[in-house]
Amino acid sequence: MEFITQPWAWYVAGPIIAIIMFLLFYFGERFGVSSNLETFCSIGGAGKFVDYFKIDWKQNSWNLVFVAGAIAGGFISAQWLSPSDVVAINPQTIQDLADIGISNAGATYLPYEIFSVDTMLSVKGFAILLIAGVMVGFGARWAGGCTSGHAIVGLSNLELPSLISVVGFFLGGLVMTWIILPLIF
Amino acid sequence: MKYIKFFLVGILFGIVMSKAEIISWYRIYEMFKFQSFHMYGIIGSAVFLGMISMYFFRKKMVKTFEGREIHISPKKKGLFRNLLGGTLFGLGWALAGACPGPMFVLVGKGVVSILVVIFGATLGAFLYGLFKNRIPH
Repeated sequence: MEFITQPWAWYVAGPIIAIIMFLLFYFGERFGVSSNLETFCSIGGAGKFVDYFKIDWKQNSWNLVFVAGAIAGGFISAQWLSPSDVVAINPQTIQDLADIGISNAGATYLPYEIFSVDTMLSVKGFAILLIAGVMVGFGARWAGGCTSGHAIVGLSNLELPSLISVVGFFLGGLVMTWIILPLIF
Repeated sequence: MKYIKFFLVGILFGIVMSKAEIISWYRIYEMFKFQSFHMYGIIGSAVFLGMISMYFFRKKMVKTFEGREIHISPKKKGLFRNLLGGTLFGLGWALAGACPGPMFVLVGKGVVSILVVIFGATLGAFLYGLFKNRIPH
C-alpha cells in the first residue's frame, strides 16, 4: 500500500494523465475541463440573456459526470489514500513564501492566508478568491481551453493555437507569481 | 449506464491530481518560480505520451470503442484570443493555484473556500459570453 499512500512522482502522474486523455478519446469525447463552466451557465439559464449559451447542454453531460468523478476522486484520495497533508516543496520556495507573507508553506496542501474559512469570510480574502476564479473562467473560455484542453491535448496534437495559449498561461502565471503576489499579502 | 465509464475516469483523474499534489497551491507557485521539476515532468511526460497516442489516432490504428474513427477537431485560431485569453487565465491560475480540473478535486477534499473560486470561474465564463463580440479574437 505504501506506493499508493506516499506522494506520487511526476513519472507516475504524467503517464496516468496521458491514459486519461487516451480513454476519453477512446470513449468518443475530448479531454477539457473548462467547457463545463459554460455548461453551468447554460443550465443556469444564461441562454435567456446571451445567445452564446443557448446550446443543448445535454450533449456535454458526459463531462459533468467526469467532473463528479473528479470530486469523488478527491474525496477518496483525501479520506483513504493520503495519510499526510505535507507537500515536500523546495526549501527555497518555503523561504520565498515566508518573505511575501505566506507562512508554513508546504505544511498542508493550501495556504491558510488564501483558503481558510476565516480568510474567505473577510472582504479582501473573498475578493481574491472571486477575482482569481473570474480570471480563470474568462481567460479559459477566451483562449478556448485550459490546462487540459490546450496544454495536454492541444500540445500533444501539435496545435499552434494551443502553443500560443500555453505561452500566455506562463506569461500570466509569471507576472502573478513574481510581480503581483508579493504585493497582495 | 453509458456514463459510468466517465465517472470512473473522473475518479482516476481526481486521485492522480490529489496524489501527485497537482491540486496544491504550493506546487503551482513552485512551478512558476522554476524551483522544482515536478510539474514540468508531469506536463512534459503527459504531452510526450499524448503525442504518441495522437499518432495512433491519426494513422487510424486506434478507433473509439464503438468502432468510429477518432477525429480531433482543431482548436480555434486567433492570436489575440489565445495570447490574451491565455495570459488572463495564467494570472488566475497562479493566484488561485488551481486550474479548472483541480478546483473540482479540491471540493472533494473538503475545501469550502474553493467554491468561491468555482463560482468566480463560472461567472467569468458568463462574462466572456456577454462580452465576446466586443473583445479581440
